[in-house]
Amino acid sequence: MNQRPLFSSPHWTVSTITQYLRELLETDEMLKDAQVKGELSNLSRPRSGHLYFTLKDGGASLRCIMWRSQASRLTFDLREGMEVEVSGYISIYDAGGQYQLYADEIRPVGEGVLYQEFLRLKAMLEAEGLFDAVHKKEIPPMPKKIGIVTSATGAALRDMLNTLRRRMPLAEVILAPSPVQGDAAPAGIVNALDGLLRIVPDLSVILLGRGGGSIEDLWAFNDELVVRMVAASPVPIISGVGHETDFTLSDFAADLRAATPTAAAELATPITINELYGAVGYYKEQMLSNIYAVLERKSLRVDSFRTKLGYASPLRRVQREQQNVDAQIMRLEAAQAQSQVMKREKLVGLNKRLSALNPQAVLARGYAIVTKENGKILGSVNDLNTGDDLKIRVKDGAFDAKVLEQK
Amino acid sequence: MKKIVEMTYEESYAELEVVVEKLENEKSALDESMALFERGQELSKRCALLLEEAELKIEQLSEEELINE
Repeated sequence: MNQRPLFSSPHWTVSTITQYLRELLETDEMLKDAQVKGELSNLSRPRSGHLYFTLKDGGASLRCIMWRSQASRLTFDLREGMEVEVSGYISIYDAGGQYQLYADEIRPVGEGVLYQEFLRLKAMLEAEGLFDAVHKKEIPPMPKKIGIVTSATGAALRDMLNTLRRRMPLAEVILAPSPVQGDAAPAGIVNALDGLLRIVPDLSVILLGRGGGSIEDLWAFNDELVVRMVAASPVPIISGVGHETDFTLSDFAADLRAATPTAAAELATPITINELYGAVGYYKEQMLSNIYAVLERKSLRVDSFRTKLGYASPLRRVQREQQNVDAQIMRLEAAQAQSQVMKREKLVGLNKRLSALNPQAVLARGYAIVTKENGKILGSVNDLNTGDDLKIRVKDGAFDAKVLEQK
Repeated sequence: MKKIVEMTYEESYAELEVVVEKLENEKSALDESMALFERGQELSKRCALLLEEAELKIEQLSEEELINE
């Protein structure tokens, strides 16, 4: 039942209809300057330098091309799956028979925007020297007070505390809780860092961490104020944000970057309690062997002193004195013996002399002793008177006599 | 001299180090060496005790404390 139209349609060739369509599209106000949002895919950049890709969303796809001159001015790396917003005009590629978007500009949206901002900030702060190695402070080997800036409820805190408890329970942890995600996070982290430095002046090290997440989740750690605060901290900061592959600007600004919060807690405790046990045990043994050495040295010296002492010993002097005394005694005894002999000889002599003087001995030789009545020995005739009584003693007795006449 | 029972781990360990060094180079009287040794024994006991009893202290700063002024 097909009825022919009143006015017959023009007869097209492929080229003319394509050209018609192209003109239609190119003159449409809406399509002249279009902004299309979608996911990048089928990215291809042949030698020509032109950029070919497809924008997709859940229900459709759109072929795109960006000429080399524009493509070379892109400030960020395009990646498959990236959400982008592309500006340009819609037209038709005659030979391919396809309409496509001729892109002037590609801007990342969502993650892409953040990533671009990340690169911009990174370049700026790098140029300022914020990440320079000369600013990196050394991590103390045995931290006494460890500051932690993280969420009070996160797994990161639990991981860090477990690690610290296991490795260095001598330490003291001061937690400055802060949201680590969302709009309040940057200010919260700045406050927490500032508060730690203000309230706890003798901190050894600060751990700054949170678990893994998307670039949006970790964004607070790319916040310019946070990064500047981390870089300026007088206390060394170890960052442990996200997972192995996540890098934030805080990581670059920190004095040490750890892959995870757990790793940050490990890097904060280079010396573990087991090593301390070992060191104390070592010193204990060292002391024992030292004191033994000292004792041995001393006892050797004592031995040599004892030998020396032998010569100077009072005992020895006593012995010498004893000897002297003995000698004296001997001399004395000798002297005594001598004197006794002499005495005896003297006595004998005396006795001899005495006996020689004994009048009896004289009498024995024929002499007589004449004594007067008063007992006095008569020594002279002048002492005599006629008629005196005399006593005459001879060798073997005595007799009385009378003076007859004085001549 | 600080009482050993009042010493922190760092203090007792630092003195233990000094004592061991002194003992090593000791030229002084025997009773001084013995005194050093005894002090060192006490210090190493103190260290071991503190390690044994060590428990991670955790303090949390309050929000009021963290907000400047």
